[in-house]
Amino acid sequence: MNLVEIRRLSKSFGGLSVINGLDLQLGENEILGVIGPNGAGKTTLFNLISGVHAPSEGSIFYRGVDIGRAQAWDRCRLGIGRTFQVPRPYARMSVYENVLVAAVHGGGLSSRAARKEAEQALDLTGLARRYAEPAGQLTLLDLKRLELCRALAIRPRLLLLDEIAGGLTDAESLALLDIVRQVHRRGAAIIWIEHVLHALRRLASRLVVLHGGGLLADGDPEAVLADPRVKAVYLGE
Amino acid sequence: MAKLTSYAAPLRGLLVLGAVALAFGPWLFGGVTQIFLTQFFCMLVLALMWNLLAGYADIVTLGQHGFVGVGAYALYGFTALGGVNPFVAVLLAGLVAFLVAIPTMALVFRLRAVYLAVGTWVVAEALMLTAGKLPGLGQGSGASLPVAVARMLGATPSARFASIYWLAFALALAAFLTTYLLLRSRIGLGLTAMRDNEEAAGAMGVDLRRARILCFLLTAPFLGVAGAVITLQKLRVSPMSSFSVNEWTVFVIFNVVIGGIGSLEGPILGTLLFFVLRDHLADLGPWHLIVLGALSIATMLLEPRGLWGLARRALNFDLIPVSRAPSREFAARFQGGPTPQGEREISAHPAE
Ligand SMILES: Nc1ncnc2c1ncn2[C@@H]1O[C@H](COP(=O)(O)OP(=O)(O)O)[C@@H](O)[C@H]1O
Ligand SMILES: [Mg+2]
Repeated sequence: MNLVEIRRLSKSFGGLSVINGLDLQLGENEILGVIGPNGAGKTTLFNLISGVHAPSEGSIFYRGVDIGRAQAWDRCRLGIGRTFQVPRPYARMSVYENVLVAAVHGGGLSSRAARKEAEQALDLTGLARRYAEPAGQLTLLDLKRLELCRALAIRPRLLLLDEIAGGLTDAESLALLDIVRQVHRRGAAIIWIEHVLHALRRLASRLVVLHGGGLLADGDPEAVLADPRVKAVYLGE
Repeated sequence: MAKLTSYAAPLRGLLVLGAVALAFGPWLFGGVTQIFLTQFFCMLVLALMWNLLAGYADIVTLGQHGFVGVGAYALYGFTALGGVNPFVAVLLAGLVAFLVAIPTMALVFRLRAVYLAVGTWVVAEALMLTAGKLPGLGQGSGASLPVAVARMLGATPSARFASIYWLAFALALAAFLTTYLLLRSRIGLGLTAMRDNEEAAGAMGVDLRRARILCFLLTAPFLGVAGAVITLQKLRVSPMSSFSVNEWTVFVIFNVVIGGIGSLEGPILGTLLFFVLRDHLADLGPWHLIVLGALSIATMLLEPRGLWGLARRALNFDLIPVSRAPSREFAARFQGGPTPQGEREISAHPAE
């Protein structure tokens, strides 16, 4: 059984149709890269999967259950963790407390176990030294780390990453790939939206191109990137 | 630069000492001061409750006065009409407010944001109109509590002042402790995340709906009991004053906003300031309201975290600690590195 099965999914805001009859499957433990021009609907897709928005039409099956109309917190508790492209820290809480929220509420852990989980996630993402700072004072780079850290603290079965690699140095980028690899090994499937192609190339086993709310291509990353239609639309050639 | 954090313990000690002293109020203060403090305690309860709703649970209610009025009329009904002892009736008034909160919630929770605010206000006004129509409760012009009821509070006027004082003090203490313990609990962790970013809180597993329901049902009995205590002090009910939108909602909002919304210290500070200013502003008549309104709008624009936010930036520690820390072993690894929150110097604190 696939972990995620998206069937004929559509979403429009007012008159603006952003996702149009999208079909997409994700296997257990797969790493799926998602690319597409700005405004293609990538973030909207995450909002639909994680429960920020309800679909206009269609369904989202997760482990065999249609979660398309479930509350965001229930989906999180089922193991769907996400990052926000524009970071949304709990600005007045400390970095540690930000992560603790996810471990306690999303992970459903006891206080003691949640503390340990949060500490481990902070160590893994390199934020441990900043644990006591109010999250609102972090740099953009650290805010993106915090997004990842929070999502990890729920112990996700499905991890949705929305452009977390932008602006990293080569070394930082490698460190990030290593973290994602570890989370994957721990038993999570990952959907990763990214403009930084080399990151996806190294990790994704499959790549889809979203364009105009539908799939333009779906398959092996190198084959997809070589597709002339993809080049035309996405790479602007 | 001097480490202001070293003032944390003494300041907290002072706060506790002050609270302990207030417990002995009737032996320490004269009648006028007791009346003044009784009013302060009641307003503090309203501020703590509005802060919990609007500051944390994103329920910006304009209908607090509805539950205060329900508590007032319930007290009148139980004591004057039902012959119940006023000490018992105060608690029953809280129960009535709780029962009224259930259908109210079912109604207003269908609404969000501005619509919810207006909805709560409409409900409160409807409750006021209903109270004015109830038979045996004085209708539009209100009614005074029978002398016999007042006598049950104490044989002499000073004994009565003391009884009401202690009721109000116990209520304020209970409201404070409830809020404090709630904010330190797992639910409080979620509420604090909601305060800072609702959507991100939901995405990390915080059950926003359950948190809202809990807060709404928790605040209603406190508001009802406050209304009952206020009524014991005023010795009368009337739709206009028992359900006063100005006194029990508008002023309360000003106090919380000026003091600092979304903190535990803010409502206390704001209510204190309100009473310090009140006597000076009372001479201004209707300008009183305008001055406070202008002050709270200025606060929203210049320092959204209020006076306590301002003080907090300088002090760098919470007077009433509700935040969580990691394990000792974890924290110990960073000793000597970047200093933990609350220990940094002010210059290291960029504007947020
Ligand atoms: N909440 C919303 N309300 C209205 N329009 C939205 C909303 N969210 C996204 N959109 C619109 O949907 C389109 C796709 O946005 P998005 O999913 O963020 O694209 P991407 O992440 O691929 O850059 C954009 O035109 C955007 O303006
Ligand atoms: Mg996007």
